[in-house]
Amino acid sequence: MSQANTMSRQDRRALRKAEKLRDKAANELPPSLRPNKFVKALTILVLVIALIYFTFPIYWAIIASTKSPSQLTNSNGIWFAVGLDELPDAIAKNYAGLLGWTKGKFWRWVLNSLIYSGVSAVIGTVVAVMAGYATAKFRFRGKGVIIGVIMASMLMPAALLTIPQYSIFNAIGLDNTMLSVIIPCCVSPFGFFLGRVYAQSSVPDELLEAARIDGAGEARIFFTIVLRILAPAMVTIFLFMFVATWNNFLLPLMMLSSTDLQPVTLGLYGMVSLATFTDRGALMMGALLGVLPVIILFLFLQRYWKAGLAAGAVKG
Amino acid sequence: MTTPTRAAMKGRGVAKRSEAVKREERTGWTFMVPFCLLFLIVFVVPIIWAIYQSFFQQVATGGGAYGGGTLENKFVGLANFQYVITSKAFWSGIGRVFIYTVIQVPLMIILALALAMLMDSFIVKHVSGFRLLYFLPYAIPGVVASIIWVFLYNQQISPIVKFCELFGLHPDFFANNVVIGSMANITTWTFTGYNMLIFLAALQAIPHDLYEAARIDGANGWQIAMKIKLPNVRGAALLAMLLSIVGTIQLFNEPQVMQTADPGISDSFTPMMMALNTSRGSLTPKGDGPASAIAIVMALIAGVLAATYALVERKVNES
Repeated sequence: MSQANTMSRQDRRALRKAEKLRDKAANELPPSLRPNKFVKALTILVLVIALIYFTFPIYWAIIASTKSPSQLTNSNGIWFAVGLDELPDAIAKNYAGLLGWTKGKFWRWVLNSLIYSGVSAVIGTVVAVMAGYATAKFRFRGKGVIIGVIMASMLMPAALLTIPQYSIFNAIGLDNTMLSVIIPCCVSPFGFFLGRVYAQSSVPDELLEAARIDGAGEARIFFTIVLRILAPAMVTIFLFMFVATWNNFLLPLMMLSSTDLQPVTLGLYGMVSLATFTDRGALMMGALLGVLPVIILFLFLQRYWKAGLAAGAVKG
Repeated sequence: MTTPTRAAMKGRGVAKRSEAVKREERTGWTFMVPFCLLFLIVFVVPIIWAIYQSFFQQVATGGGAYGGGTLENKFVGLANFQYVITSKAFWSGIGRVFIYTVIQVPLMIILALALAMLMDSFIVKHVSGFRLLYFLPYAIPGVVASIIWVFLYNQQISPIVKFCELFGLHPDFFANNVVIGSMANITTWTFTGYNMLIFLAALQAIPHDLYEAARIDGANGWQIAMKIKLPNVRGAALLAMLLSIVGTIQLFNEPQVMQTADPGISDSFTPMMMALNTSRGSLTPKGDGPASAIAIVMALIAGVLAATYALVERKVNES
């Protein structure tokens, strides 16, 4: 303490500088691994071109969502048509247009999407983790066959199932209900695969044995111990299933005829396929508002989807 | 510790042991049941139902020449399959999807792999921002992505068209032989980032000592990328390729949305669109029977393709 006090300002500055240098050196590559300037410039150029390709359509959609039909044709495509001070009015106008075109049902559609994705992802995640845990930690007859069948179904073009699914739901009078979208979205072979991989790698057998010796029942072990350990895996599975349902188009297109039940993707498609449709700016507004929940979810849960992709890459 | 042999176990507590085995079996199945039940409803029953339906056609009975009467399921044997296999529209659709797959899948995988390699090359340091923005299109539903791109292809409003016009070019993204490329671009835009992240994860799992050892042996960055990194992500790349092929066979969202802007895209542009429109009745023969037959033939083609791919891959791996 006294030493710190007696240290002059200059000394402290020197110390900080030395620390900074040390940090930098620790992160720095050995000289032999350092790229030359030309390679570096070229790499950055390629990465930036790719960046423009991936983000430009989204940028354009944001700009377009503030424009009227005539401004879309006549004004500069890559910047707002009106001054920044008039922007709130332009946005309000297109928002009103969106609600008008959708007959006030826009937020109902977003809510529908949230219900479909949320409910099916919650059920699907729990069910997939249970099954993954069962195949990872228990021996039972038929296990090999079941794992094989589920894994093989990952290669099944799932959209093909939609036609007989519709036919069945129609026969039992369940088509055009929320259940007709939720039930088919509850099953994810990929979710099962992730649940199995995580249960194998992160649930220790000793822990299960110890709990059994303490007299805990299997259900209690699963719900109080295993689920807690597998919580991160469950977030990952939830996220992937949520997005898959949110993005599904063919299933609701076949199952639903009532506009009150449509998810937001189907609603926007209905808008763009209207013969009288003209207001692209309002539609872009709807498109952006309709993807916002998914984007927010992805931003906040970054480490979970990265974990899921890593499992797919390394184990796959 | 030695494991007891069967004979030794027979002596002591065989009843107890089998009781434990039985209990384990029961518990395992109990945890399996919910998933299996849903799997049956969503996968197995529809497959059986589709096979059953494919032998029937809905025909009107009791009505006059202008229809009417009631619809009845009539057993037609293999007539639906005969219709599909001899349908020119179906095979043109398969042809389009085939061209689409052959062009789009390798392009996307190579692009994703190249970007992943560049990000893992240590040439550029702060890559997490790039990574997130490349992945962003994956969060955008295929329908919404298609709508945005359809506008970007539009002659009147597209800044891309206007940009090209500066150089005297007048691209028509809906022209007959271009439209498949325009669709492929939408898919590539959506899924490249996703595949890139899978490859990046595989690359980051490679132990870094390997690179240093290679450096000491005099390898340059390019050699390291080709000789160490590429072989290590091969498994992930081949799997991504297989899953992408399966994905493009069911090509539907992009053409369905592009149809709203381009009447040149028919109701049977892809087999999946043909199946949907057959089932909904805008193509004849209509109904679940012919639609199921289309779906089954598609599934068989997909299976043959996937098996061929897996076989070729194994052959290449062996040699």
